[in-house]
Amino acid sequence: MPSLKDLKNRIGSVKNTRKITKAMQMVAAAKLRRAQEAAEAARPYAEQMQKVMSGLAASSTGAANAPRLLVGTGSDKVHMLVVMTAERGLCGAFNSSIVRQARGRINDLIRQGKTVKILTVGRKGREQLKRDFNDLMVGHIDLSEVKRVGYDTARQITDDLIERFKAGEFDVATIFFSRFRSVISQEPTVQQIIPAVFEAPTAFSTIYSFEPTEGEIMADLLPRGVATQIFAALLENGASEQGARMSAMDSATRNAGDMIDRLTIEYNRSRQAAITKELIEIISGAEAL
Amino acid sequence: MADTLQFDLVAPERRVASERAIQVVIPGFEGDLTALPKHAPMITTLRPGVLEVFTEKGSQKYLVTGGFAEITSDRATVLAERSHAIEEVTQEMIEEMIAAARAAHREAKAEIVDASAKMLADMVAMGTRMGFEPKN
Repeated sequence: MPSLKDLKNRIGSVKNTRKITKAMQMVAAAKLRRAQEAAEAARPYAEQMQKVMSGLAASSTGAANAPRLLVGTGSDKVHMLVVMTAERGLCGAFNSSIVRQARGRINDLIRQGKTVKILTVGRKGREQLKRDFNDLMVGHIDLSEVKRVGYDTARQITDDLIERFKAGEFDVATIFFSRFRSVISQEPTVQQIIPAVFEAPTAFSTIYSFEPTEGEIMADLLPRGVATQIFAALLENGASEQGARMSAMDSATRNAGDMIDRLTIEYNRSRQAAITKELIEIISGAEAL
Repeated sequence: MADTLQFDLVAPERRVASERAIQVVIPGFEGDLTALPKHAPMITTLRPGVLEVFTEKGSQKYLVTGGFAEITSDRATVLAERSHAIEEVTQEMIEEMIAAARAAHREAKAEIVDASAKMLADMVAMGTRMGFEPKN
């Protein structure tokens, strides 16, 4: 039976915790709004890029000298998995659900006899994957110094990736991130970026002239397309992280509240019990005289 | 009212401009080109340079680098990796871009050395055109 003083301390500390989680929730809410705005602002570029790329892809896939970023290396032996997670924890199952998805995929690929390489973005994913797949990790991109994820960050990841692709380090690249559905729902997503996939390759309805040639435009555009997809994934991930943190902190705040209620009842009961006990002692003492 | 076309200038992080324009001068890969309404459909990559859009209210210049433009009979959409209204551009920004281009040129492999040299020259030309004095 904890003493009254213990209970009081306990209530105090839970109250402090509730203050912290409440503050974290509010910070996450503010950051979420900014992250959503950023994702919104990036949409026109991504959509336009996707449209032109799928048009170009439809007309140049058949070509013998089609760029390898588009048609692949003709093999799918070596897979590069880019796992994007957050730099910080305390955001519910956000990081672990991405990692779980990635881990499932890695085991699948290994069972099929493929070679797997892992590139992690964000500290949390790296920590979790290192335990099982340390020898498969080929690189890590640290975002802890990056205050605001910008296009430059995506460009940096892309450059790294394309450099490795050109060096023949892998055949297929896939990104793992979390798509933002709503504050309470984030969906771990797998997306193949190299070779490029298009949902529905549509040829242009109008006939364009190209300057310089179609092939050169394609070669210039493909790396940008990869960067755009990575950028979009980073932004979605950012919004998801804040959303997940917000709901995690919301339930933590609620749990702390419930706990305070329970502890307060216990505190009151044991105080009452102590008073009753004292009264009984006084009365029986008086009766004994 | 003169014929107009829908002009959009989009950067990865935001939409820079979206308005009705009478004509748009675009720094295409092989030279400047002007998009007027009823232009034949075309797609061109951009070289670093100055894009100028003419609307009924006047003209506005933008710095653009890296990307492409899609022109149809009633639209001109420019996707540029970096893009700023010319008033926002400072000497430091130009110098930073030129330095980056120069570094890329130095490290360039044989097959892209020409492309990177052109990139660098375009960057310098762009700086000069804007009235900045790029240091060499």
